[in-house]
Amino acid sequence: MVKFLARRLALAVPTLIIASMIIFALQQLLPGDTATALSGEERDPEVIAFIRAKYHLDRPLPVRYAYWAGGVLHGDLGESIRLQKPVIELIREKLPVTLELACLAMLVALVIGVPMGILSAVRPGTWIDGLANGVALWGLSVPNFWLGILMILLFSVQLGWLPASGYVPPGESLSDNLRSMAMPAFVLGNAIAAVMMRHTRAAMLGVLQSDYVRTARAKGVPTARVVLRHALPNAAIPIITLGALEFGQLLSGAVLTEQVFSVPGFGKLMVDAVFNRDFATVQGVVICTATTYILLNLAADLASALVNPKLRRA
Amino acid sequence: MPRLFTACLLAGLAVSAPLATGAQAQTLRFGLMEDPDALDPTLARTFAGRMVFAALCDKLADIGPDLKPVPQLATRWAWSDDQKALTLTLRPGVRFHDGEPLNAAAVKFSLERHLKLPGSQRRGEIAPIDTIEAVDDLTVKINLKTPFAPLLAQFTDRAGMIVSPKAAERLGDKFATAPVCAGPYTFVERVPQDRIVVERFDDYWNKDAIQIKRIEFRPIPDTTVRLTNLRAGQLDLIERLAPTDLAQVKRDPKLKVGQAYELGFSGVVFNTAREGSPVADPRVRAAFEAAIDRSAITQVVYNGEYLAGNQWVSPRNPNYVTDHPVPKRDVAKAKALLKEAGIEKPSITMMVYANNDAPQVGQVIQAMTREAGFDVKLQATDFTTSLDQADKGNFEAYLYNWSGRPDPDGNTYSFLACKMPLNYARYCNQEADSAMNAERLTTDADQRRAAWKRLADRVLTDKPLVYLFHRKLLWAYSQRLTGFGEYPDGLVRFTGLKLD
Repeated sequence: MVKFLARRLALAVPTLIIASMIIFALQQLLPGDTATALSGEERDPEVIAFIRAKYHLDRPLPVRYAYWAGGVLHGDLGESIRLQKPVIELIREKLPVTLELACLAMLVALVIGVPMGILSAVRPGTWIDGLANGVALWGLSVPNFWLGILMILLFSVQLGWLPASGYVPPGESLSDNLRSMAMPAFVLGNAIAAVMMRHTRAAMLGVLQSDYVRTARAKGVPTARVVLRHALPNAAIPIITLGALEFGQLLSGAVLTEQVFSVPGFGKLMVDAVFNRDFATVQGVVICTATTYILLNLAADLASALVNPKLRRA
Repeated sequence: MPRLFTACLLAGLAVSAPLATGAQAQTLRFGLMEDPDALDPTLARTFAGRMVFAALCDKLADIGPDLKPVPQLATRWAWSDDQKALTLTLRPGVRFHDGEPLNAAAVKFSLERHLKLPGSQRRGEIAPIDTIEAVDDLTVKINLKTPFAPLLAQFTDRAGMIVSPKAAERLGDKFATAPVCAGPYTFVERVPQDRIVVERFDDYWNKDAIQIKRIEFRPIPDTTVRLTNLRAGQLDLIERLAPTDLAQVKRDPKLKVGQAYELGFSGVVFNTAREGSPVADPRVRAAFEAAIDRSAITQVVYNGEYLAGNQWVSPRNPNYVTDHPVPKRDVAKAKALLKEAGIEKPSITMMVYANNDAPQVGQVIQAMTREAGFDVKLQATDFTTSLDQADKGNFEAYLYNWSGRPDPDGNTYSFLACKMPLNYARYCNQEADSAMNAERLTTDADQRRAAWKRLADRVLTDKPLVYLFHRKLLWAYSQRLTGFGEYPDGLVRFTGLKLD
């Protein structure tokens, strides 16, 4: 197990380095540099030259990468040119917000997706299955942005139950925090619930048709026990992996939802940084996301290995 | 299980407090279209930033709804006879948020900071300043290298904002993290991309006119989302309402609308120096203009809310040159001009920002000019890319917006004078330059008007830029808000504003 872990971690380092190089190079393809974006309406050539020099934007790409990578090794992700704040500080501010949103969305997805998947697998072809598939189709096809605005119109404008936007830290007021998170978490979780449901259903259908389940049934074990104790643990492996990947997606992909509900999280930070050519921030966010992805994958592998000992040798 | 979740959610809702609490009644929540950049008047560039500065930093002078300068930190001003020196008399007893006195030395410090701080965005606006003298405690004399009539107008914006010298020296280029000025509100906190909070300054010189205790600026870029938040009561005031949403807001009895025509313009910039491009020929540019119906553009895209125009200021502006009224569409004339130029089917690529409405304007132009024989291709790009391409001259036509300045000089000089940074058209004409220099060298209203006429005669013939329309600035706000003033610079004055 320790060897397994060590091998996986050793693989993570080159992955991160390659990811950072690719994103650094890709940024160069964007026309218009930071100085152009920052100079805005006024466009004073002197100011543009000053910004270029101050942030080494006039240096060749490898030199800039070396500057940046050197900083990262010392735990310094650089400074956001637009917000004039260390990137690490911005990440420290925004990451917990998105993390909370992602956890709540994941909770919504699990609570809706997994039971629905199990039910529809236990009763394939019935109205429950049809309903679950219909709900899943809805969840997959409705755009987050649109659903978000509809929910605001209903729950905030019409009914006045929930705040339309904004974020209250849980330390300030837990109930206000949950109220501000309810709609974005539901909108985000809704789409993942659909994927979860489909995967749970497929995995459960496979397991339910296997010999040991038939044996258990033949021995007269009650259906609920067969499903939950015998079948579910085996069907859980693909669900865990999927869950980890979806969670990673949530961290980087909550962009639209964060825009609609003005949640000051990672997605918003990223989008604004790209539009302002705030490369240090983009770079920091990407590295952070890549690291999370790798760690989540690792966690998923570990979890699967714990469930299924055969995987440990792989 | 889903039922359980819904039940939990509803239970959570039931126990939590109602939406509006007592504290919020004293707080104005203002929805901005973008997150401001650095809150340092010397370094700032964004329009949203100016919204926040209106609360934080008073200026030497303000502009009234009629565009004339009115006293703010300076109560009086006088030009010397040779128009090379401006003497300002400061308001007595004014204090900065840190308790320091606002005096001639502080004004001298601030203006010199605009001129000297590396990366200053203000230097260009007040470049003709030579030296600044603190004559006595409340008198400042500004000596110019050459006469510069727009100076006072510059002082009605960020160049006229005075910062506390003590705070500026202490914070250096980190001043934006805790700005200290002499405005009606003091800086409390800023959470990037979430909110900027300011609180009423108890020692403000005009404190009786300030009713609202606290302002929260909340950046919400999406127009629909911003309006939805206002309707849901999460915000009390929003800026830059979409014209297409105006009818809906007017129908809502809980909301009110503020509107003013902006000082700037929208138009098509032609790259006159582009070799081999049809737009290098002035006859083709004239044909392009003749093929366009400006009112139709504002009708189709902006529900008729924007104002058609053909100059750098709108037809409602006191500086509009009335000898050149907005021309009518004339397709026959456009065709004749193209024939004369020998390019009957010109193909032009026009760059547009990929925002909500610019591509639509592009499509309307495309359809109208096609009838005259043009083949206009649209190239949508993000804002930064378009600026970059315009800088490098990699374009033929560019659909462009300028937010405008109170003095017409701010809408012309940088765009039309030879080799200026915003002269994307690469236009360079001796006669136009001489007209613009004449307008700068005198503060005499009649002489300046004559210079604008001379400039219009030249530029509206050469057409490096075809001006199309002037946007209307729209605000929507809760009916609880009273005392809202409509100013053409698009900024909200917090004096006299009240929230019931």
